[in-house]
Amino acid sequence: MNTVVAGITYRALLGRRRILLLLLLPLALIGLAVLLRLTGGADQRSAILLMQNFAIATMLPLLGLIAGTGVIAPEIDDGTIIHLMSKPISRPVIAQTKFLVAASMLAVFAAVPTYFAAWLLVRNEDGIAFGFALGSLLGGIAYAALFLLLGVLTRHAVTIGVIYALIWEGMVGSFVKGAQNFSIQQWAQAIADQISTSAFIDQTAVTIGWAIPAIVIVTVGAVVWAGLRLRAFSLTGDE
Amino acid sequence: MKLELSQVSRWYGNVVAVNDVTMTIGPGVTGLLGPNGAGKSTLLHMMAGFLGPSGGSVTLDGTKVWKNHRIYRNIGLVPEREGVYGFLTGWQFVLSAAKLHGLSDPISAAQKALATVEMEGPKDRRVETYSKGMRQRVKVAAALVHDPEVLLLDEPFNGMDPRQRMHLMDLIRAMGTAGKTILFSSHILEEVERVAQHIEVLVAGRHAASGDFRQIRRLMTDRPHLFRIKSSDDRKLAAALIVDASSGGVTLGPDGLEVQAVEFRRFAWLLPRVARAEGINLHQVSPVDEDLESVFSYLINRST
Repeated sequence: MNTVVAGITYRALLGRRRILLLLLLPLALIGLAVLLRLTGGADQRSAILLMQNFAIATMLPLLGLIAGTGVIAPEIDDGTIIHLMSKPISRPVIAQTKFLVAASMLAVFAAVPTYFAAWLLVRNEDGIAFGFALGSLLGGIAYAALFLLLGVLTRHAVTIGVIYALIWEGMVGSFVKGAQNFSIQQWAQAIADQISTSAFIDQTAVTIGWAIPAIVIVTVGAVVWAGLRLRAFSLTGDE
Repeated sequence: MKLELSQVSRWYGNVVAVNDVTMTIGPGVTGLLGPNGAGKSTLLHMMAGFLGPSGGSVTLDGTKVWKNHRIYRNIGLVPEREGVYGFLTGWQFVLSAAKLHGLSDPISAAQKALATVEMEGPKDRRVETYSKGMRQRVKVAAALVHDPEVLLLDEPFNGMDPRQRMHLMDLIRAMGTAGKTILFSSHILEEVERVAQHIEVLVAGRHAASGDFRQIRRLMTDRPHLFRIKSSDDRKLAAALIVDASSGGVTLGPDGLEVQAVEFRRFAWLLPRVARAEGINLHQVSPVDEDLESVFSYLINRST
């Protein structure tokens, strides 16, 4: 972890319009929760539907994409990353720092609003709020690492990330059960399922015994790989 | 410190960008000269550890440069692309460089570097409000902040106005005199001539020539040279010179003769003898193309 790298990365992420993108989805989530509460729909069933379909299935991967690729891909695109990389700091440390920034963003913009929205609807009943917040946090960490790696590997990180989240996790996952084993979203759902005792959560396709190791392996693997790729970062001339 | 390139090549697929280049960059100012597309940036990126050679090796005082972040303790890099965070002020940018280097007193190092490039005035403005020349100067300040032994600059004078250019040239010369190892790339001959003591010429990915300007020139005495000659009897001298194979063509004009010497050594040997034998006084013998431009275009033509 390098504090100067982290400081510059935070400023790059929050200073531009990207912060509006980061704020939009959590505000929508809380807005929906408020709406449900006002219209008298604040029960466990609707809370869990909102958490599963919006907080985990929609907001988390999108924020993961914005934060995960946002901490590094724009800098690689415009060449500013050279400022960090032409210094005597090991490249894996740069990758780890960028990952920590992205993960912290997801904690603030995904996990905390998830907890708050669920709390608005059902307070702390049956561990729903805590379960989904923890699922969001751990899933967010895995997304941050995966999308950071994508941002290092390819200039089409956002496109590939969207395809992964929408096509693989969203569509293939709902038809092919096996595909859910390789879905960060499902891992996050499994954690929520494990913690919450609510009867309204359907049994998830993925067990907690799979989800936790999978999150650890993907996170560590992606951050290590990103560091190795940065070590061999090449500037290709325009000529 | 010495940067050593040994049989360095770099190719992209089937395209060879740099082809078997061996050179040593020592203390003083070295100009890396070549037309656009010659592979200067590719070579410079390899020297700066931002590109792995496909073949050969690049070392800094014997230490491999590629995949070695420790070299940046000794190297300062001024890349050609912008590479400056627009949302930081000039001061924040240079200070961040000082901190990233882990300097013991980053504030005074940053102040000194900004003073060196005369950017103390606008230092509290955001970089995105700077002109191209100002951005270039904060980049130089950031590269100098840890007082590196080696400074690599990719096309540093691009986009600078004449005054800024002069200032940077003075700065580079002063650092070279102080014993730093400095290499800058340029496709503009006049820049290289004015700043560099030593020139490396890269043409079409190949190391076409090396040395100071005169040495390069001497290396290529075979090339056709154009001389302007004034004498007591131009017509008679023209007739006497064209007889010999060392002259490729002679033009007689109102200002004297223009002789295309195809064999430089023989021509230089012949001219005074012919003049004496014919009883002609030579008033003036001057090379017309004794500038880098003509050396350069000759090199390009030779290697293509």
